[in-house]
Amino acid sequence: MPKLKVDGIEVEVPPGSTVLQACEAIGVEIPRFCYHEKLSIAGNCRMCLVEMEKSPKPIASCAMPAADNMVIKTDTPMVRKARHGVMEFLLINHPLDCPICDQGGECDLQDQAMAYGRGDSRYGEMKRAVKDKNMGPLVKTIMTRCIHCTRCIRFAGEIAGVEELGATGRGEDMEIATYLEKALDSELSANIIDLCPVGALTSKPYAFNARPWELRKTESIDVMDAVGSNIRIDARGAEVMRVLPRLNEAVNEEWISDKSRFACDGLRRQRLDRPYVRHDGKLQEASWPEAFEAIRARLGGLAGDRIAAIAGDLACAESMVALKDLLAALGSPHLDCRQDGAKLPAASRAAYLFNSTIAGIEQADAIVLVGTNPRWEAPLVNARIRKRYLMGGLKVAVIGEKLALTYKIQHLGAGPETLAELAAGHHPFAEMLKAAKKPMLILGQGALARADGAAVLATARQLAESCNLVREGWNGFNVLHMAAARVGGLDLGFVPGNGGRDVAGILDGASSGAIEAVYLLGADEIDMARLGRAFVIYQGHHGDAGAHRADVILPGAAYTEKNATYVNTEGRVQLARIATFPPGEAREDWKVLRALSDALGRRLPYDTLAAVRKRLVEVNPVFASVDAVAPAGWGAFGSAGAMGAAPFVSPVRNFYMTDPISRSSQTMAECTEAFVKPKLGVGKPDAGKTGTHG
Amino acid sequence: MAFLDRTARGLLLTELLSGMWLTLRYMFKPAVTLNYPFEKGPLGPRFRGEHALRRYATGEERCIACKLCEAICPAQAITIEAEPRDDGSRRTTRYDIDMTKCIYCGFCQEACPVDAIVEGPNFEYAAETREELFYNKDKLLANGDRWESEIAGNLTLDAPYR
Repeated sequence: MPKLKVDGIEVEVPPGSTVLQACEAIGVEIPRFCYHEKLSIAGNCRMCLVEMEKSPKPIASCAMPAADNMVIKTDTPMVRKARHGVMEFLLINHPLDCPICDQGGECDLQDQAMAYGRGDSRYGEMKRAVKDKNMGPLVKTIMTRCIHCTRCIRFAGEIAGVEELGATGRGEDMEIATYLEKALDSELSANIIDLCPVGALTSKPYAFNARPWELRKTESIDVMDAVGSNIRIDARGAEVMRVLPRLNEAVNEEWISDKSRFACDGLRRQRLDRPYVRHDGKLQEASWPEAFEAIRARLGGLAGDRIAAIAGDLACAESMVALKDLLAALGSPHLDCRQDGAKLPAASRAAYLFNSTIAGIEQADAIVLVGTNPRWEAPLVNARIRKRYLMGGLKVAVIGEKLALTYKIQHLGAGPETLAELAAGHHPFAEMLKAAKKPMLILGQGALARADGAAVLATARQLAESCNLVREGWNGFNVLHMAAARVGGLDLGFVPGNGGRDVAGILDGASSGAIEAVYLLGADEIDMARLGRAFVIYQGHHGDAGAHRADVILPGAAYTEKNATYVNTEGRVQLARIATFPPGEAREDWKVLRALSDALGRRLPYDTLAAVRKRLVEVNPVFASVDAVAPAGWGAFGSAGAMGAAPFVSPVRNFYMTDPISRSSQTMAECTEAFVKPKLGVGKPDAGKTGTHG
Repeated sequence: MAFLDRTARGLLLTELLSGMWLTLRYMFKPAVTLNYPFEKGPLGPRFRGEHALRRYATGEERCIACKLCEAICPAQAITIEAEPRDDGSRRTTRYDIDMTKCIYCGFCQEACPVDAIVEGPNFEYAAETREELFYNKDKLLANGDRWESEIAGNLTLDAPYR
């Protein structure tokens, strides 16, 4: 542990720390542009210069390893002069267009020029101008503003794993560009907007829309995937203007996926802002009492086992527990939260959790991905695996599709037979897993959401046991979810009760007439044609597939519009907070269900959010501890059976459109045009080409 | 003695005469009042009157939607919304000033980096309804077009002191 003196204060830092980190440790702020905690050290902006005793010139503190007996001074005339000089040089070629720059008000260069600059310029010559680059529909570039900190290049190469950004030229002629003038093809690409310390890379959909000082900031949770990224929602008035990541080392570090960041414009389109009731085949606007009356008239005389409920992928725990209690009061055992038909048992918590935790990936040394494409199903899990991969000594194997991931993979096979081989120990990779210190199995929904899903789960469990994935202090059995609501639903037991039907059963029942009323809580991913002649109540926030089929629509709140609880794929309970109010007549979902229960004469016993949360804890005590992961006990699950021969296929065909919000988003539609369609070979004939094609 | 003095002044009407003398003297001095709607007083180049949004000589509007005026406005009278125009430049889609809220402090024109929003020399814009005092972008640009020569002249006169 090197011990050094900073501004007269003795400080001890872990070995391998830099002088800059030592200064931070005692709360001395060092200005910097190129240095970033999560990226490699470049040391090219020179803003972090400090004085070191016995050194003739100032040193770059971000790149200087802390050593014993160093004496660092951060506020001497020499340091001030150095900072003034560096700042003056940086500003020589920086345009003074702060009034039209979207970074204005939250710009590192602006702030540090105010704090550490000399306040005036002696430069009277012409400034440099650089041509803007096309980086796709998400990132807007104004390259004249670039100060060449290379954070974006390092992010693309290290975290995102797409080595498509680079610098050409030297000195004044240096330019940052994608080598082939094409959009940055990564699910994490927009994080370079946050990283850019100036306004060279800004958000295209948010361009010129708002200023940072106008925005109301709310710390919340993302629901676009099951990772539960921590986000900050910036809203102005009644509109969500943008979504930014929030630091949580255990979940998303400080990145979020492009979908989480940009799907928020979908919150303004296709919204259900008032109840609707279908009269003579046509949906007509109605008031809340009329909608409840229509439901009461239809459900009133119905036996409990002719009613069913399906919860969608964005449902919060509060609304699911309210719907579960309402169905119990109506006497129906038919409810399910697994609308894709994944064969996950609710009985054993270890069977449906990402047991190793996302941060735990960093300790793993062998990973088998089964039926999942983490890059599209959970980009931040993929980024963690890449982070672990870059540390060295990680073996990743894939059973399923041949994927283009951001690390080297070994493709073992396409389907269940390879999994069975591995579980039986006949495959050479089984030895690798047994020998590994912390092996992991990541089971995706592509392997579980199929008819033989239960058998696949049983085989995966057999593999976990035969290869010793579950050991003292380590559980290497992981299920990677895609739906933010799924783990919460399973924790609440939103699954068929005694003699109840699951999603497939409900749909069969609805087609045959055995089920006469179906309550869809934001469920849009089921086959609506199979609902037959059933009376469909849709509660949700977007006019998607479910709303088109519905007989009564009850408008609910999206994730930015309610105080809600979500459980991520690790089993981490997190709270989303209200940033804006639901539009029009729409209300928070549990309140809708509470009001409906009154209309049906089956009043639910809670009137406040606190009471609903108390009920959540009653149903499952895990809801009591927020932002914590409790290890789940290993138990029996899965039912052995014959597995089919069909290969595992990831259910995500288009990363940018997986739920009602992202399907309504214009930005996500543009991303689909730019990134997904060229790969599938549809769309414009020259899309995806780089300009070098004849 | 005091009684005699007061009586003598009262009988001889000296106070009345001194007052008449004062009136007579003012009759030969220049008038200090104005016949207002037909005569107007002088205004300094820094006079802060009705707002206007200016244009460049090319006809391009100056405002770049930086929202600094909106931020500085102590009465929160200014509301701006912006988005990229078709040519990609940063422009306002909405620029409203609630003239009933405005306190005419002039901070908006101090804050403006492009001299777009200015308080011009016009002070005769009284209206019969409140609604007429909610100015939008069209009204402000029209004001700018109408008063451009005066505003430009005032800015030139004031330039040495800025």
